[in-house]
Amino acid sequence: MSQGYHGAFGGAFIPEILRETFRQLTEAYRTARRDPTFWDDYLRLMENYSGRPTPLTLAENISQEFGGRRVYIKREDLNHTGAHKANNVMGQGLLVKRMGKHRVIAETGAGQHGMATATMAARMGLECVIYMGAEDVERQRPNVFWMEQLGARVVPVTSGSKTLKDAINEALRDWVGSMDDTHYVLGTACGAHPFPEMVAWFQSIIGEEARRQILAQEGRLPTHIYACVGGGSNALGIFQAFLEDTGVELVGVEAGGHGLATGKHAARLAGDGVIGVAHGYKTYFLQDADGQMRDTHSVAAGLDYVGVSPILSHLRDAGRVRFAAATDHEVVAALKRLMRAEGIIPALESSHAVAQALKELPRLPPDAVVIINLSGRGDKDIFTVADAIDDPGWRHFIRAKATQYANRDTTGAT
Amino acid sequence: MTSLERHLRDTLTRRRQNGAAPILLMSHLVLGYPSLEENRRVIAAMVAQGVDLIELQIPFSEPIADGPVIAMANQASLDRGFRVEEGLAFLGEMVQRHAVPFLLMTYYNILHARGWEPFIRQTAALGGSGLIVPDLPLDEAGSAISLCREVGVDWIQLMTPTTPEQRLAEIGAAAAGLCYCVARKGVTGRQTAFDSAIYAFLARCRAATSVPLALGFGVKTGDDVRNLVGKADIAVVGTAAIEIHRTGGAEAVGDFFKTLKTI
Repeated sequence: MSQGYHGAFGGAFIPEILRETFRQLTEAYRTARRDPTFWDDYLRLMENYSGRPTPLTLAENISQEFGGRRVYIKREDLNHTGAHKANNVMGQGLLVKRMGKHRVIAETGAGQHGMATATMAARMGLECVIYMGAEDVERQRPNVFWMEQLGARVVPVTSGSKTLKDAINEALRDWVGSMDDTHYVLGTACGAHPFPEMVAWFQSIIGEEARRQILAQEGRLPTHIYACVGGGSNALGIFQAFLEDTGVELVGVEAGGHGLATGKHAARLAGDGVIGVAHGYKTYFLQDADGQMRDTHSVAAGLDYVGVSPILSHLRDAGRVRFAAATDHEVVAALKRLMRAEGIIPALESSHAVAQALKELPRLPPDAVVIINLSGRGDKDIFTVADAIDDPGWRHFIRAKATQYANRDTTGAT
Repeated sequence: MTSLERHLRDTLTRRRQNGAAPILLMSHLVLGYPSLEENRRVIAAMVAQGVDLIELQIPFSEPIADGPVIAMANQASLDRGFRVEEGLAFLGEMVQRHAVPFLLMTYYNILHARGWEPFIRQTAALGGSGLIVPDLPLDEAGSAISLCREVGVDWIQLMTPTTPEQRLAEIGAAAAGLCYCVARKGVTGRQTAFDSAIYAFLARCRAATSVPLALGFGVKTGDDVRNLVGKADIAVVGTAAIEIHRTGGAEAVGDFFKTLKTI
């Protein structure tokens, strides 16, 4: 059996041609992990460039609303580029420099990982190509715009379901031909070994900070931690620092989409995922009886993935992490509530964690201390959220803008 | 020596004795693309034009080792409702109808979903000669390889230009039937330069195993095949045949293999 197993999950199910590249990456990662100066460099970069540590904000109004249960929000939305994705990307960027490669490729769903990778590439002087499902390119245009302005080439993927899983396949195809000078900056704790372990390591910075912060602010550990789960990197990021603390209940929240009964969701661990092997690793996937991957749905592009981190699959089966699913409807309601109550605009992805916490708060003990990991900022979702809210002012603005562009195209004016 | 290997060696020997170039042709097609009926016609045309070995790909939704043409064919077949069960039945039908060996190629999840053990036993029962599963490397495939040996299906190993010597030796030792040598880095369907690097790679493969060597990825023309005579035992032509079928139908595929065969 190969390395990289977490219980029954993980492994390296990769084409033979990539094996040597994975071996080199594993070696570079292991060497870096043993080298304390690497982590010091990483911490310094995250402090001076990404704005860490991110705050652990007490949500005072929500806490009051729920009878004094203390609700804290870990503000990964305040990272540079607006999401926890920066943690992983900057770490891998430092590794790329060590490996002497000069080109990076990445896949992206919501666009946050693509944007973080494009930012890292700009700063570190690397050539950058981002693969993105054509459907996601349509719904995340603002992020595409910024990736291109940062100097990355964004390639819309038109195969398959035109979403994240197809972007992963395309990035892997690129890598099979380009591995000599290219590193694939995988965006989450999925894929073949060593990616799940390596990404989880870079993201562990979230939980390490949160642990120190909650102890400083409350003088005790939290009773519950909620985090949304697409691939699972932000959830693992915060959960890892509390795995040994069995008094802390860890809750992963997946995309319930239109509802688990409709089949239009992305709930693998809270829903009907089945163990399988794809994209280089073994985990729970949403698939049919033949083993073909199903189309997934979520209002949040970043949660719209058929697989999930093998580490989380293991933690679920081991009974350490509980999984739940929040529907699109609940998510939009939660997003609105957090904005109004606390003046924080969460990403649709992160709003899944907020929705589940809000659902459960009334039945938690009165002295509960809750942390919600807010994985990213919400302004990237302005088009999707405005659609969901059906805001008339926004519709008017878009119509006016469309007319303005149409006139410009007709008259040739600039 | 497995029955597939014996068959390949005998065919090569006959070809040499008849004064023909000692190289065999292996083709590839995606089951259900554009339809199983069309697959039947193409296979009949391939066999009529002397194709020696046929690889049937069971489509998968995540074909990570395939290039755009084959990936598209996988998706198109699935979109039309292809099921694994009919693919296996099709294998059985082709084995009955044609005298050439048939290999099944697919990704591991297709075996996993059915249970790899029943899948391998069924492949053997249907008369499949071998299995190619590019995302199940040697390290993960131990029990599957043992079962294949037991039931008489060859587990086809892949060798690549990036595979170090030690690993080539391990793969070579576990090889059965033939070894599939990947001509270059990259996915299927792109152009491959037939130069000294490929010959050096094939020589390394030859040193690592005694089974016949098949070279695939980017083999598209009679010249490509001619260049492989004496270096490899089998030339694998996949994407090119699919592209020709798309534009010219089954007959054009037959004509295409006829030109390859006349070298």
